[in-house]
Amino acid sequence: MTVIQSDVLDVARRQVLEGGEGLREEQVLAVLRLPEEALQDALALAHEVRLRWCGPEVEVEGIVSVKTGGCPEDCHFCSQSGRFETPVRAVRLDIGSLVEAARQTAQTGATEFCIVAAVRGPDERLMAQVSEGIEAIRAAVDINIACSLGILTAQQAQELEDMGVHRYNHNLETARSHFAKVVTTHSWEDRWATLQLVREHGMEVCCGAIVGMGETLAQRAELAAQLAALAPDEVPMNFLDPRPGTPLADLPVVEAPDALRAIAAFRLAMPRTVLRFAGGRELTFGDLGARDGVLGGINAIIVGNYLTTLGRDPQEDLDLLDELSMPVKALSETL
Amino acid sequence: MSTTAAHCDGCGTPLAGADHARCRARRAATDPPRYCAACGRKLVVQVLPAGWTARCVRCGEAGVAAR
Ligand code: SF4
Ligand SMILES: [Zn+2]
Ligand SMILES: [Zn+2]
Repeated sequence: MTVIQSDVLDVARRQVLEGGEGLREEQVLAVLRLPEEALQDALALAHEVRLRWCGPEVEVEGIVSVKTGGCPEDCHFCSQSGRFETPVRAVRLDIGSLVEAARQTAQTGATEFCIVAAVRGPDERLMAQVSEGIEAIRAAVDINIACSLGILTAQQAQELEDMGVHRYNHNLETARSHFAKVVTTHSWEDRWATLQLVREHGMEVCCGAIVGMGETLAQRAELAAQLAALAPDEVPMNFLDPRPGTPLADLPVVEAPDALRAIAAFRLAMPRTVLRFAGGRELTFGDLGARDGVLGGINAIIVGNYLTTLGRDPQEDLDLLDELSMPVKALSETL
Repeated sequence: MSTTAAHCDGCGTPLAGADHARCRARRAATDPPRYCAACGRKLVVQVLPAGWTARCVRCGEAGVAAR
């Protein structure tokens, strides 16, 4: 069925806002193709959808890398792959600094703290380090702990569940039809299988995307539909930061209007998910910061720095939420 | 902390004789230092939610910041 461009927002109002049913792939594509004059209407509708199905709260998260660089995989966007000549050197974080990072994150009012490692999947040493780290954080800081440690076995998923990991992040990154252009050392299906394990073991599923890796708009719509089919609890939206030395280093930064169309379209495809502003927003939006996004369907942010790059001052984001009368989600609401 | 800045801390090449405007822009926007300003080696950088540390394996500590 073809969707008439000008009608898609009217359809979305009934189907998504009133009915709670996300847009389908061809409808998402129509949103991604909206002319600039319709962009504000699309964002306003996505914002209404977010308020209607998720509420006004914003979920705040901090992330930290416990094992940086030297990854054997070849994700073409990633400065932590050991296969590319990038400026990132391998380093590991000690437990004391990990606990301090969790404490700093909690001080911003964040309810989620994600422990990330640049690996294909965790080995015994990393699992032991994560286990020790989680115990140490629990003893000192009141915060939900998430992990992002790559491809899991069923046993590892069980172990993480036993450690009390609240949510597990594993991104599909891009559309299935585009994946082999971006990663050759593992498949989209490998990633999908890990996401199923995460769900089977009762952890919340966090599965994100990077927009701007050379995919077509149709593939961007395909990705939204594939994410919607997964029905993740959270979708972190990243915009490509073309890192020096990576195969994608020369791609252009996603332009703000395209990024905003993607945000609105993803929200309209997934009315109930936690849609998080993640990496790349500083480059794509510059001084506009988070404002247009959180008024266009976003209901979660990463505060502070990322894994290898620096983010905005957390206070600027928190001041913005305050100004927009969007309360930061409390820990008691997440359990 | 290194005292002599002979190298660009964004790309590691000598400061003299090259334009490092892109390196400076990246440093100002999203990046901690990546190379030792004194010797040009890649730094060991740990980014934390509220800061970063950078160390050169030859020259020692190359910077700490609370951002
Ligand atoms: S698996 Fe993760 S850390 Fe490794 S190259 Fe891919 S994105 Fe980077
Ligand atoms: Zn330079
Ligand atoms: Zn040095």
